[in-house]
Amino acid sequence: MFKRYDVIVVGAGHAGCEAAAAAANMGSKVLLITMNMNTIAQMSCNPAMGGVAKGQILREIDALGGYSGIVSDKSMLQFRMLNLSKGPAMWSPRTQNDRMRFAEEWRLMLENIPNVDFWQEMATCVVVKDKRVVGVRTALGIEIACKAVVLTNGTFLNGKIHIGEKNFGGGRAAEKAASGITEQLIELGFESGRMKTGTPPRIDGRSLDYSKMEEQKGDENPGKFSFTDTEPLQEQRSCWITYTNEEVHRQLQKGFDKSPMFQGRIKGLGPRYCPSIEDKINRFAERERHQIFVEPEGWKTVEIYVNGFSTSLPEDVQYAAITKIPGFEHAKMFRPGYAIEYDYFPPTQLKMSLETQLIDNLYFAGQINGTTGYEEAACQGLMAGINAHNKINEKEPLVLKRSEAYIGVLIDDLVNKGTQEPYRMFTSRAEYRILLRQDNADLRLTEIGHKLGLASDSRLEKLLDKKNAIAQLQRELKELRATPETVNAELAELNSAQLTEKVPVENLLKRPHLGMAELKRLDPLLSERLSKYSDEVLQQVEINTKYESYIEREQKLAEKILSLDDYKIKPDFDYDRVKALSSEAREKLKKIKPETIGQLSRISGVSPADVSVLTVYMGK
Amino acid sequence: MTRQQVKSDDTIVALATPQGVSALAVIRLSGGDSIGITNRVFQGKDLTKQPSHTLHFGLITDGDRPIDEVLVSVFREPNSFTKEDSIEISCHGSPTIVKEIIKVLLKQGARLAEPGEYTKRAFLNGRFDLAQAEAVADLIHAENDNARQAALNQMRGGFSKEIQHLREELIHFASLIELELDFGEEDVEFAKRDELKQLIFKIQSYLKPLILSFDQGNVIKNGVPVVIAGKPNAGKSTLLNALLNEERAIVSDIAGTTRDVIEDEMILGGITFRFMDTAGIRHTQDTIEAIGVQRTHESMKKASLILYLFDLTQTSKEEIEREESEIKKLGIPYLKIGNKLDQASPDVLKNLGDDFVLIAAASKTNLEKLKDRIISLFQVNEVKQGDVVVTNLRHYQNLLQTNQSLARVLEGMDGHVTGDFLAMDIRQSLHYLGEITGQITSDDLLANIFSKFCIGK
Repeated sequence: MFKRYDVIVVGAGHAGCEAAAAAANMGSKVLLITMNMNTIAQMSCNPAMGGVAKGQILREIDALGGYSGIVSDKSMLQFRMLNLSKGPAMWSPRTQNDRMRFAEEWRLMLENIPNVDFWQEMATCVVVKDKRVVGVRTALGIEIACKAVVLTNGTFLNGKIHIGEKNFGGGRAAEKAASGITEQLIELGFESGRMKTGTPPRIDGRSLDYSKMEEQKGDENPGKFSFTDTEPLQEQRSCWITYTNEEVHRQLQKGFDKSPMFQGRIKGLGPRYCPSIEDKINRFAERERHQIFVEPEGWKTVEIYVNGFSTSLPEDVQYAAITKIPGFEHAKMFRPGYAIEYDYFPPTQLKMSLETQLIDNLYFAGQINGTTGYEEAACQGLMAGINAHNKINEKEPLVLKRSEAYIGVLIDDLVNKGTQEPYRMFTSRAEYRILLRQDNADLRLTEIGHKLGLASDSRLEKLLDKKNAIAQLQRELKELRATPETVNAELAELNSAQLTEKVPVENLLKRPHLGMAELKRLDPLLSERLSKYSDEVLQQVEINTKYESYIEREQKLAEKILSLDDYKIKPDFDYDRVKALSSEAREKLKKIKPETIGQLSRISGVSPADVSVLTVYMGK
Repeated sequence: MTRQQVKSDDTIVALATPQGVSALAVIRLSGGDSIGITNRVFQGKDLTKQPSHTLHFGLITDGDRPIDEVLVSVFREPNSFTKEDSIEISCHGSPTIVKEIIKVLLKQGARLAEPGEYTKRAFLNGRFDLAQAEAVADLIHAENDNARQAALNQMRGGFSKEIQHLREELIHFASLIELELDFGEEDVEFAKRDELKQLIFKIQSYLKPLILSFDQGNVIKNGVPVVIAGKPNAGKSTLLNALLNEERAIVSDIAGTTRDVIEDEMILGGITFRFMDTAGIRHTQDTIEAIGVQRTHESMKKASLILYLFDLTQTSKEEIEREESEIKKLGIPYLKIGNKLDQASPDVLKNLGDDFVLIAAASKTNLEKLKDRIISLFQVNEVKQGDVVVTNLRHYQNLLQTNQSLARVLEGMDGHVTGDFLAMDIRQSLHYLGEITGQITSDDLLANIFSKFCIGK
């Protein structure tokens, strides 16, 4: 009934969808197996994409030729560029999305790829022959042959849902958990662990009193994620902000004796950065209130998402507490919040390509690797899809450097440091943050994506045009002179120092508070020349010019440090021979088997002293 | 990557004390079989059964032929410099005996140590971090008390500890800024800019003395390069020999032990003075004058002290003025020395300023006075135990770079630069500080460090 596939992707969430699309677009015959075709690309938690660091990842996925950016653009109902008061490295796009439209857009995009087939069933194990994966077996007992498998099981592996004292198996509310795969992988020699995450209750928006909340509108000039010509928003929906209070906290505390977290029924580790509301009032008892974001779940649905109120307390406690929040007095609950525990596999068992060390051609992506977040999952799916395709075509894996992409930082961290709690991306994880901006993701990655056969020709053309325009404008700004006569009056108005002689326009752009918008005001002639360029190009040149010295220094530093990534380590290197290594470092190194000296230096538990010793030992 | 194997079961041997005739010499072995190897050529107790840190009298023999009566110290891993089993053999300081003993040890399976190999092993076995390893190299190179003390302080980790402490304070602030960037709502500043400024001032005030200490440290470590200049027959080589002969005992200790090229040096007031291009000085007698003079001029430029010699029986006021104006142009400290005091006419002496040092090199008259003047020009505060002095060029550069990055943070704050850029310069400061203690290692860094262990110890 099935032909032999190149790549089988198990799971159709953010990771699975990207993996299937990437491998298929590169030319592989792909089968996407999901337990329920109606829940492809669900936003299991909040109806939003992007945000600080995550928005950068989404732009990178798009620049490489992934689909998450396009899908987000097509389903967004609000766009905001966060952190505009900080520097360009911190500017982070974020959208509110229509949950149902998001899932639909993804499904339609996948259906549009001729190389992607679908099969609705639970995969129960992978078929392994001589330490290499050769197929997938399903609950019905069907064995489907393939050359590579990408596992993106999300929270489904032995998923267990907790609401108060009740708990039951499930991968998401109202969906069955998946079993079989964990057990088989452990038998094959994998190590597994438990993690935990949670989600807030959903409320009927018609029951809320918005007059008691602050409105949070989208940007006046909304942007978008994709570098392709997706449509920006014409109209937007607002979010609303309200706060908990001491009465809310008292109500919640009443349920602490039934909390699955506080009573120890949940064993898995949850994210410290996205704590449940009970965790927040427990750990930060001194705070009188916590911020709550009321987010629409779609254009038309009345359902709303209560961001900041994730909880696994009993449903009646949730209800009692939530009705004490201003604006929620008459709230009707659609679905209670819950916590979910699931299996993951410590990512130190992976290679930098996301292929497992133990089984050839088997790839892991998303929460199965201990990450949290749609964007984190999606980018791993993309990389696993690319690398699965490359592997079966005997091509080198794509490994992005830490100075090249947040995706590179993420995978490097996972493989070398592992993670003790659900891993979320932050800009501080990236030591070359200044280089990894959302505005230059295409400049960093589209050529790579095109070479892979993933980013289309039209993406590349667009990029090359942009590059040329940037170079031309930069040249122009060096050549063009601003004269005191023409600009001094306006400079005075802008509170900027007067010119005493002709200077290149570039110099003015380097002044604080003078951007392209101000340059246009200075001189009508200049304004005319600048208006020939797109906003994207103007912004890029402004950033490059203003922060030139910072960018250059960061680049040099990155080159110097990452040169260690060019030194390969023999795969059979015997760490037992090096006596000076700490035993922790030795164990880690034997397990992770770093591929380069650079990678070795970033393994947690490997101290700088260990690195020095090994570098000398290996004759560096 | 080429791989250079350092096997711990591989036993190395080398002479640990200077080459040449002396009362005693120490031969050192390190490696898994050092005790076994020594035991096979040792007549006395069974060394393989002796505990660590014990001393044993006996004979080293080649077959039946005794070579020397020796004392053998046994060190068992990890309680030795290299953290490996080690042996130190104290024998009589004759080059022949030393050669014979090393030869029988080689026959038993030891191999000659490569330059710097003991230190390298100590480093590889986790005895110390990079800054400390470099200090060992400095210690071995150290030829005077001040240098030894500075190196010792570094090796004991005083330097690393201080830097580590600074780093921690900075890391704290860096994390506040990161917090603000990733978790702050718009416009929230966790890292109070005023406090950050204060911290940077504090760190800079820590760094500045360290940076300044480099100049002093450099004098301590490398010595003061000195050139003796003057017209032919002014008595340059006589003066050089007179100065060196006085200190011959010390000089001969040093020469040839750590350096391939024998240099003329002497130690005055705890400072090493290194006479440059002395071959040139000695040659001026019998080579074509022009070349000799020119060569002296070249080396004068590299000196930190010029001893300019006038022949009091030949010179004139005009000559002195002319020569002095030439030397002045170099901007290097100099001493005007009048030689052949015993033959000089009172007329000449009358015209000389107080800044002249008058000597008679041949009869060693007034040499002490000259030495005092030289010392007074290089008043180096004595390095006390506990003082941290930066003697390493790489450390110095890293400190400078840290300082520059910190200055950029301040500059950024004054220019109201956003947190992401401030964070970048703070991270760079951390990076440079980390390079000193080896917390960040790079390729060229290690290559540079180990290339400096050009010693057979």
